[in-house]
Amino acid sequence: MLVSTKPNSTQTEQPVAEITPDAQSVTSSERAVNQSVAISARANANSVPTNAVTKMTAAGVNLHYGPKHALKNVSATFPEKTITALIGPSGCGKSTFLRCLNRMNDLIDGCKITGDIQLDEENIYARGVDVVQLRQRVGMVFQKPNPFPMTIWDNVAYGPRLRGIKNKNLLAEIVQESLEGAALWNEVKDDLKKSALGLSGGQQQRLCIARALATKPEVVLMDEPCSALDPISTLKIEELMRELRSQYTIIIVTHNMQQAARCSDKTAFFLLGELVEMDSSSKMFTDPSDKRTEDYITGRFG
Amino acid sequence: MNPTLPAPSSAVSDRVRPLPPMSSSLMTKRRVSNNVMKGLCGLATILAIIPLFLVLYYVTIQGIKVMNPAFFTEVQRPAGDPGGGFKHAIVGTLMMVGLASCIGLPVGILGGIYLSEFGQNRFGFIVRFATDVLNGIPSIIIGVFVYSIAVLPVSRATREWNDPITFSAWAGGLALGIMMIPTVMRTTEEIVRLVPQSLREGALALGDTRWHSTLKIVLGAAKGGVITGVLLAIARIAGETAPLLFTAADSLYMNLNPSKQTASLPVRIYLSATSPDDHWNALAWGGAFVLVAMILILSLLARYATRARNV
Repeated sequence: MLVSTKPNSTQTEQPVAEITPDAQSVTSSERAVNQSVAISARANANSVPTNAVTKMTAAGVNLHYGPKHALKNVSATFPEKTITALIGPSGCGKSTFLRCLNRMNDLIDGCKITGDIQLDEENIYARGVDVVQLRQRVGMVFQKPNPFPMTIWDNVAYGPRLRGIKNKNLLAEIVQESLEGAALWNEVKDDLKKSALGLSGGQQQRLCIARALATKPEVVLMDEPCSALDPISTLKIEELMRELRSQYTIIIVTHNMQQAARCSDKTAFFLLGELVEMDSSSKMFTDPSDKRTEDYITGRFG
Repeated sequence: MNPTLPAPSSAVSDRVRPLPPMSSSLMTKRRVSNNVMKGLCGLATILAIIPLFLVLYYVTIQGIKVMNPAFFTEVQRPAGDPGGGFKHAIVGTLMMVGLASCIGLPVGILGGIYLSEFGQNRFGFIVRFATDVLNGIPSIIIGVFVYSIAVLPVSRATREWNDPITFSAWAGGLALGIMMIPTVMRTTEEIVRLVPQSLREGALALGDTRWHSTLKIVLGAAKGGVITGVLLAIARIAGETAPLLFTAADSLYMNLNPSKQTASLPVRIYLSATSPDDHWNALAWGGAFVLVAMILILSLLARYATRARNV
């Protein structure tokens, strides 16, 4: 079968012809084998490839918010081009942790972070790190859609303009690319000069994703991106995430465990500021090692 | 199934007892008192707007009599000579309002942004308190203050012994500008604070700097409200007389040099209305009409700006 992929080689045509009758004689069994391979491949797609490059790591992260110890010694690794879901009951620190990954917590007074968070083996909390540059590499999509009060075009072009891109044609390309990437282009291509606030909630959220993609980030953080959306918009965003997976490292906080099971390759379970367990999603949702994880995902609490 | 959940208890339904029926006299009493209070509120509203309409009506009736091109193109003639107009006063008011805006708007808007975005500390509290106090200071005090810092020292430094005191439009603009600051600052602060935090975070998450995102996103979202505050502040200072008495003083001549003493509508209205000349009195009504019309137009613009923001 492998040689048939080189049709320009005349020498290899002979063996193919020899194999063909053989293959025809075992059609039914071969089909069965193919099916089982396809099934296992699908299963593999849901597990973490072992040779994946690590994109981000967190080691011993502690976060104090005033007197509150919000994150307790959290360590995690996020492989490149995978979707990692952070789950856990409300107030468990998963959003707080997510916001540490692009230093959005810097904005909050009285917030102290210790530990080590690395992006491509560089500590993002090291002295001299440019937060502006970091946030262009690690984009973020928020819980509630937050389009800027300007046109759709200006919303998407906002990030590239910050990087000093002024060329109209280049900006137009980026805007189209990003809107296509966020599966919104066909719906808004004639309304680019209209206010973004006129879009529906689901469209606004996809616009926010397009806006995040326009800065060509390496990592996309999503903080419950579907919690304010209806099921159809949710489905669209989930499909979108799976498409984006081939190019971006996605870390998503979700309250919806079906969503985590459906979309993510890896899942991390947070409880009371601790990272209880982190593993491939298929293992987490079928055979978690920690009792607390099992209790949570089976709906016994939270 | 779940042992930790308590079974829905029948004790709850036992505890719900029906209330006795409401008496019809009570219902009548409530209906009557409701209507009486509604009527009183309506009456108070009408009482509040009666003076406004009377003033507008009377000023219009009296002012329209002297409305002609000469009113806008000529300066006042000597008492006893009919004709002439308020050109010098209109131009002077516009000039000083412009100067005041150059001082009041940057300080007010930037200060308001500071209070809203960074002012959640002791310093912000002090500034906020001081602004409120400044807002309550009688305008004549501000006039005397500016007289002492911008009129007297300049006079002492420049004039010969028998020259008049050097009043100037600069000083008038400064006094009006100081009066603008509290209004602009507090409205800007209130409006900017209303901008949702998610917009700021959205811009910062795209790698924006604090300053640029505040300018582009926060101020952009608050634009309508800030414009309203600015227009209301301008409307307020355009009619001020007291701060100008000691600063820009008055003039009977057309003047475009801000270093000289300058006429303004309020001061000119005051002096013309109290003069013994009948025609000057009529011109004062004309000036009042123009001033009211200017302020009304500004207020309508402010309304329009806020409406545009809500769409």
